[in-house]
Order: sequence, then C-alpha cells, then structure tokens
Amino acid sequence: MMMPVLSIQNLSKSYASGLQALKGVNLEIRKGEIFALLGPNGAGKTTLISIVCGIVTASEGVVIADGHDIVRDYRAARTKIGLVPQELATDTFETVWATVNFSRGLFGRAPDPAHIERVLRDLSLWEKRKDRIMTLSGGMKRRVMIAKALAHEPEILFLDEPTAGVDVELRRDMWALVRGLREKGVTIILTTHYIEEAEEMADRIGVISKGELILVEDKATLMKKLGKKQLTLQLQEPMDAIPAALGQWQLALKANGNELEYSFDTGEDHTEIPALLRRMGELGIAFKDLNTRQSSLEDIFVSLVTTRKGATA
Amino acid sequence: MSWLDFNRRGVWAIYHFEMARFRRTLLQSLVTPVMTTSLYFVVFGSAIGSRMTQVGGVPYAAFIVPGLIMLSLFTESLSNASFGIYFPKFTGTIYELLSAPVSSLEIVLAYVGAAASKSILLGLIILATASLFVPLHILHPFWMLAFLILTAATFSLFGFIIGIWAKGFEHLQFIPMLIVTPLTFLGGAFYSIDMLPPAWRTVTLFNPVVYLISGFRWAFFGTADVGVGISLSMTLGFFGLCLGLVTWIFRTGYRLKN
Ligand SMILES: Nc1ncnc2c1ncn2[C@@H]1O[C@H](COP(=O)(O)OP(=O)(O)OP(=O)(O)O)[C@@H](O)[C@H]1O
Ligand SMILES: [Mg+2]
Repeated sequence: MMMPVLSIQNLSKSYASGLQALKGVNLEIRKGEIFALLGPNGAGKTTLISIVCGIVTASEGVVIADGHDIVRDYRAARTKIGLVPQELATDTFETVWATVNFSRGLFGRAPDPAHIERVLRDLSLWEKRKDRIMTLSGGMKRRVMIAKALAHEPEILFLDEPTAGVDVELRRDMWALVRGLREKGVTIILTTHYIEEAEEMADRIGVISKGELILVEDKATLMKKLGKKQLTLQLQEPMDAIPAALGQWQLALKANGNELEYSFDTGEDHTEIPALLRRMGELGIAFKDLNTRQSSLEDIFVSLVTTRKGATA
Repeated sequence: MSWLDFNRRGVWAIYHFEMARFRRTLLQSLVTPVMTTSLYFVVFGSAIGSRMTQVGGVPYAAFIVPGLIMLSLFTESLSNASFGIYFPKFTGTIYELLSAPVSSLEIVLAYVGAAASKSILLGLIILATASLFVPLHILHPFWMLAFLILTAATFSLFGFIIGIWAKGFEHLQFIPMLIVTPLTFLGGAFYSIDMLPPAWRTVTLFNPVVYLISGFRWAFFGTADVGVGISLSMTLGFFGLCLGLVTWIFRTGYRLKN
C-alpha cells in the first residue's frame, strides 16, 4: 500500500479544563483523497485538525504529515499543510490582495503574483482584490480565508466546515474548487454537518463521536454495508392489518394502510423481493405502483451516532 | 534544524504587515508624541526651566530631552508590541501564525523588530522636534543610538510579553499606566536624582528606569546619576530577562496554545 500522506497515531487531547476531547485516535489519510470527518457538535473534529496544524498541542500521540513529524520537523510539515478554520477570522483592515500575499510569505514561499491571481480568480475574488476585507460579506470573507490557505500551494488542505452559513451558489463553487484541487493531487480533509455534502464529495468517511473515531470507511462500502433499501408498494385497496401470511418479511403498513413498506439490506441478495411479490399475488393483494429508495448517508450517520449514544448511556 | 531553514520571508511578511499597520495610523502614531513632547517643553522647559536654569551644568530644557525621549520610547514600544501580538489573539487570526512554518524566534524577531523600529523612528523624531526648542549637542552619538536601540528592543520585548499575557484590552494599558509611567517619572526623567533627599535617592536606585535614563543622558551630556557601565549592564540585564521570559512562554505555549 502507498505511504499515507497523513498518519495520525494514538492521538489524545485533554484540555486544561480536564475535558478529554480526543481519545487515542488512529487515522491514515491517503494521498489525493477527499476525506470527510463527520460527527456531532463537540465530537473533537476541530481539535483533531488543530493539532495536525500546530494550533493545539497534543497530550499524547504522533502525527506524520508527508513523512514529517509535525512537532520535531514542524517546518517541513507545516509548509505542506493549509488550513481554513471553522471560525471566520480575518485582518479586517487589510486588502484582499495584501492578506493573501502575506499568507504566502508567512509560509516561506517566494512571491508569485500569477499564482495568487489564479487563486483569487478561482474563488471569484479577483474583482475584490483591492477592497478592504471589512467591506466584504461573510461569504466573501470565507473565500478570502480559503484563498489564504491556498496561497502557499499546500499539498494537504483542511477545511473545517467550509460551507457553514454559506449560500447554495457558494457551496457549489466550493465543491467545484475542492474537486479541482483534488485533480491537482491535493489531499483534502473536510468536516461538515451537511451529510449530503460528504456523500457528494468524499472518497472516504470517518465518523468521530465523543473523541473516538468510531468508523472509517470508503463511502461506497459504507453505503453498501450499512445502507438500507426500501421497497414501497402502493396498494390498490387499503388494508387494516398485514396478513399473517406476509409475516416473514417484516413489512410496515404506512399511509393509512395504503402503502406496504419492505426494508432490506443492500448487502443481501434480492431474492426475497420476487418471493414477496409472488406471495402477494397468491393472496390477491394488488398494487398500483412501486418504488425503491436507498437510505442516505445521513440516515446511516444518524443511526450510527444514536446507537452509539444508546450503547454508552 | 539549522540556520539555513531560517524563514526570512515569513519574518519579512510579519514585519511588513506590522509596519503597514503603523503607516495606516501614521498621523496618530507620530503627531501625538510630537504634540506631547512640545507640550512638555512648554510646561517643563519654559515654565519650570525658567526657575531652574541648570542641572549639573546642563540647561534644564536640554536636560529633560533624554528623559522625554525615553518616556516616549517606553510607552510606544510597550503599546506597539503588546497591541501587535494581542490583536491577532483577539480577532482569532493568530491561527495562521501558529500554523505557519515560523519558529518562535522568528515570530519574536518580526514583532519585536517592527515595534522597536517604530519607536526608534519615533525617538529620532522627538529628538528632532526637541532640537527645534533647544540647541543640542550629543557627546557620544554612537552610545546614544546604542541605548536608544537597546531600550526600544527591551521594551518591545516587554510589550510582546504583556500582549501575550493580556486577556483583554484593559490589560494592555494596565502595566504601562500602573508601573512604567510612574517609574519613569520617579526615575529621573525630569530631574537628577541628586536633587532628591538622600533617603529617597537610595529608594530610587531600586527603580530600573533610573539606569536606562541615566545611561541615555550620559550619551548626550557626559554626566550621569550612575556610572554608564552600570547603566549598560542593567539595560542588558533587563533585555536578557525579557528574552528569557519570551523563551519560556514559547517553550510552554503559555496563553498561545491549548
Ligand atoms: N480551548 C478549549 N478548552 C477546553 N475545552 C475545549 C476547548 N476547545 C474545545 N473544547 C472542548 O473539546 C470538545 C471538542 O471540541 P471540538 O471543537 O473539537 O468539537 P467539534 O467536533 O469541532 O464540534 P463542532 O461540530 O461544534 O465544531 C468539546 O467538548 C469542546 O467543548
Ligand atoms: Mg469544530
């Protein structure tokens, strides 16, 4: 297997308050992938990112970024990493152009106006380059922060809730930008509360809850493994109760007896459906329409985190 | 890690950023101290000076020039440096500094260097303003500059520490107002400590500011309250103390990192 571009080993963090925000997290990020880190508020996503980027000191554990230990060899490691933090924080009195060039210099890179221009154009900030940041809207400020993170051409980019409080259009732009970066070989680790976003964008998904990484999986595998499909049958005649003869399929009666719903795991063979339909035919239960629905990542996520809560409660 | 790794572009970026902040507020940064200095001359130099013609063979109006410059040097270095590092902490933009490949030495160099540059410039401007009011002859220009730079660097370091320690804007004012200004006024900025009663003179010798002002004044006039060697060692000692504190702060991440 290829060497991971980011390797997190046994990472723990206890804040001064005594709160343990991370508990022995192990995670390897592959080069060039888009990795979505999901988890409820306070799960430890920002803490994890902050440690990798050098903003928070780990209590325990090792992080290797592109072969460089983030503590011992922080210069080399940090040069490779770009961060767009969750909170909006900008130098309000500076112009867009000045602040983005500042970031490049801060990371030790020689000036490259052409690169900065490209980044600003990609983010639709070029027209605004001479404006002071305080005159920009919130969404524009978010773009400025992304431009700053890209100014030094990082190979690993952290986006901590890049689309929080962002309108649909900007969100689309952001997705396009992320895809474009991935095509250039940039590895992207993002957090989001919009699960459909992770579903749309990510190659792999990690779920973190109460400081523990409870799952890391390819998105497709995850959907297959945990996903449920539902077959809904719209009946010709409403029924009061599910006939005992259909008991083995554990059906649910919905819409005032007008719909029969059958849930099954996508991982299984589908041989049960023909059997069900055959039996219904034998019983003379007619249906006028049917559809199937695959459960979304959101459903999976909710069930994961809630069963987890149930387990620890 | 070697000196080859030195992130000079990073240092320059921060320095440049800080100086740009200074330029944006150029008017208030320069006009205020020049105004204040002129007022001091009117009040102390003319009003009091007319009654107190000479101190140790130096005309009173000229005598207060080094003290006046020092006073501005202290307050401006402190406020520039403390504000410079406190503001990013306050707005949250410090995340970028902490995530950048810059060492603590480089951060200190850039912030303290910028703050010191500003106050050195200011000190020279006050000197020029003063020379409009009184004829000045500087006996040891090299040492005058040396004390100016060393003091600016020391108080900028001190200000940097205050900026890191501060938890609110009021903290930025706290130490300068409560400690530095009184120590300066009591430290012989406007009089020679020889003019004090003997008991007070001894007390005054515990005031570190006395040594800074005395050394600086010696560079101007060749006379001083305490030996220039002692002044120089005290100034260097204070500089070393601040340097040690800053090193400790970065080693422990005190109030910068969780
Ligand atoms: N500076 C701090 N001091 C003490 N506790 C902290 C600090 N920062 C975060 N925490 C705590 O650590 C836990 C994890 O916080 P973190 O910000 O990493 O969560 P998150 O997953 O990013 O949440 P969100 O989705 O709300 O952004 C929370 O319980 C939080 O209260
Ligand atoms: Mg967060």
